[in-house]
Amino acid sequence: MMMIVAIVALGALAGASGLLLGFAAIRFKIEGDPVVERIDALLPQTQCGQCGYVGCRSYAEAIAAGEADINQCPPGGQGGVAALADLLGRDPKPLDPDLGPEKPKMVAVIDEQSCIGCTLCIQACPVDAILGAAKHMHTVIARECTGCELCLAPCPVDCIHMQPISPTITTWKWVYPAAEARAAA
Amino acid sequence: MTPPFPFHGGLKTVRHKTESNRETILPGSVPERLVVPLRQHVGAIAKPLVQAGDRVLKGQMIGQPDGYVSAAVHAPTSGRVVAVDQQPVPHPSGLPDWCVTIESDGQDRWIERTPVDYQRMHPSDLRNFVRNAGVVGLGGAVFPSAVKMNLSGHCERLEQLILNGAECEPWMTCDDLIMRERAVEIVAGIHILAHLLQPREVLIGIEDDKPEAIAAMNAACSGTGYQVRPVPTRYPSGGAKQLTKLLTNKEAPVNGRSTDIGVQCFNVATAYTLHRAVAHGEPVISRIVTVTGHIAQPRNIDALLGSSFADLIARCGGYREGVERLIMGGPMMGFAMHSDGVPVTKATNCILAVGADALVEPPVMPCIRCGDCVEVCPANLLPQQLYWHARAKEFDKIQDYHLFSCIECGCCSYVCPSHIPLVQYYRYAKNEIWALEKEKQRAELARRRHQARMERLEREQREREAKLRQKAPPRAASPLDGATAGPSPAEPASAAPASIAVNVERSE
Repeated sequence: MMMIVAIVALGALAGASGLLLGFAAIRFKIEGDPVVERIDALLPQTQCGQCGYVGCRSYAEAIAAGEADINQCPPGGQGGVAALADLLGRDPKPLDPDLGPEKPKMVAVIDEQSCIGCTLCIQACPVDAILGAAKHMHTVIARECTGCELCLAPCPVDCIHMQPISPTITTWKWVYPAAEARAAA
Repeated sequence: MTPPFPFHGGLKTVRHKTESNRETILPGSVPERLVVPLRQHVGAIAKPLVQAGDRVLKGQMIGQPDGYVSAAVHAPTSGRVVAVDQQPVPHPSGLPDWCVTIESDGQDRWIERTPVDYQRMHPSDLRNFVRNAGVVGLGGAVFPSAVKMNLSGHCERLEQLILNGAECEPWMTCDDLIMRERAVEIVAGIHILAHLLQPREVLIGIEDDKPEAIAAMNAACSGTGYQVRPVPTRYPSGGAKQLTKLLTNKEAPVNGRSTDIGVQCFNVATAYTLHRAVAHGEPVISRIVTVTGHIAQPRNIDALLGSSFADLIARCGGYREGVERLIMGGPMMGFAMHSDGVPVTKATNCILAVGADALVEPPVMPCIRCGDCVEVCPANLLPQQLYWHARAKEFDKIQDYHLFSCIECGCCSYVCPSHIPLVQYYRYAKNEIWALEKEKQRAELARRRHQARMERLEREQREREAKLRQKAPPRAASPLDGATAGPSPAEPASAAPASIAVNVERSE
């Protein structure tokens, strides 16, 4: 008798817990992989594909799946590697030199005199930052350009070049105090 | 406790006020050429309304406010616009900014001036008028006054309206002189502020080393109920938060506004310009500038905005021998100029020439954790802790120590026995944090745009497939499907306009 009570009681408990867990799994379902989201948030979103993946999100997915290393993003730079290492609890490592160097921020500029209006760069731009129409001049929306350089290769007349973003009065920053840096060194 | 209620920290600094406050305000002159920056205020740069070749009259709006936090810019004299381009401006970077260059015609002819009856105006119309008159905080922060004159959403009614005449920076005497000579007009300006903000009391805080200014303001305030409150001479009593504490014993919460505690603070010179704008229809085209330091005859000048620093210095008899550095603002909070060819703006309260003898910069030594900086910090922060984190570029940790409550008054650097340029570290850290924040926003925008593009490409692909399926007999569907996968060289013309349409739509 005691045994039956115990079995029924435990069975009921197991059943109730199962229902509760089942409900929780549906009610509190997490869309997507939160680790991917957090990795993606650390990437610079240039969508340049230098890491070998199409866009930053695919690279984030590859890192999360353990297929890609954390040092494959030149635009993110060494700071980006450090942030990824911090998030994933790994040791930081130098950027993979095969994928290109870390460069200052750039913006694409179309020489509007030479542009023939072929729309190839428009199709290459991962963030739709180039404006233009077939057989009409194209131009880059500088505010939205990520500096990915993907528009350079398709251009048949080589009229696109990258320009470093020079500081303006609104983007200028106070520098790290140099005198102290010397004294501290 | 009775007022004044002392704030934490602060310093007794050298004063050097008598060099420039013994003479009256020198009336302005009209230079041949004026370079008027379009960004003379906190917020969005004014939109130029003129172009090269245009004739302008004195007081004509040449820059239109753009957005809520912005202010108008006006022609300081009549003449011809010779350029609207980038010119050197007084900024620590030495970088150029957009300016309107006006060649004076020597006639100094006013545009038609339209005073308004503020008591009959709707508050919102009055604020708009103030914004279009280019009234901004003349204490040095140049925050658009119209924004501060709007309480909606922050508090029902103001407890205290504070007029800041403390002027705690050494060397600077422009507020002292304006209170001595134009007290009646300042009080007329306070009437306008009081009408709009309906404060329970109006307090005018003046450091007690300005007896003449206190007497003049007392005389002008008699019968108005406004209280002139002398405060002890202790730097930085002129900081808005410090003066509020001194006069009311109230402190705004961290990351809060002064209106959260029912206080709003305006500089006395701002009240003066407000009165000129409302009662005389004169926009802000000049300000009082203290020209002092290593100068032949240090003095206050009523200078037209856009006059060059060199003009003003020449009117004060030129430099004395051995000037090493030119500072805009006071020695505590000001910054060095790259040249004296920059124009006077609404933020130019003081031009300080520093001689080589005063410019001894002892070598920087390591921090010994003496804690002197903590003693003097008027914002109740831990400067050495901020310093460690700024030095190590730990921008998350530094915000736990309330970096953004730092008012950059320079007290910590002043007392540091190791001569560490502490404020420079805080400025550096603030700038880096803002830049990272902007970078994050840019990345977020790029992410959204990339995602939208991917979705659009997928949709277009589906539509093409659907169209082909309709055209083709069902039997041939499968081989054709394969052919349309990937970029379709057969129809670049149709693909391109589609992407352009999306481009146009989003860029608007």
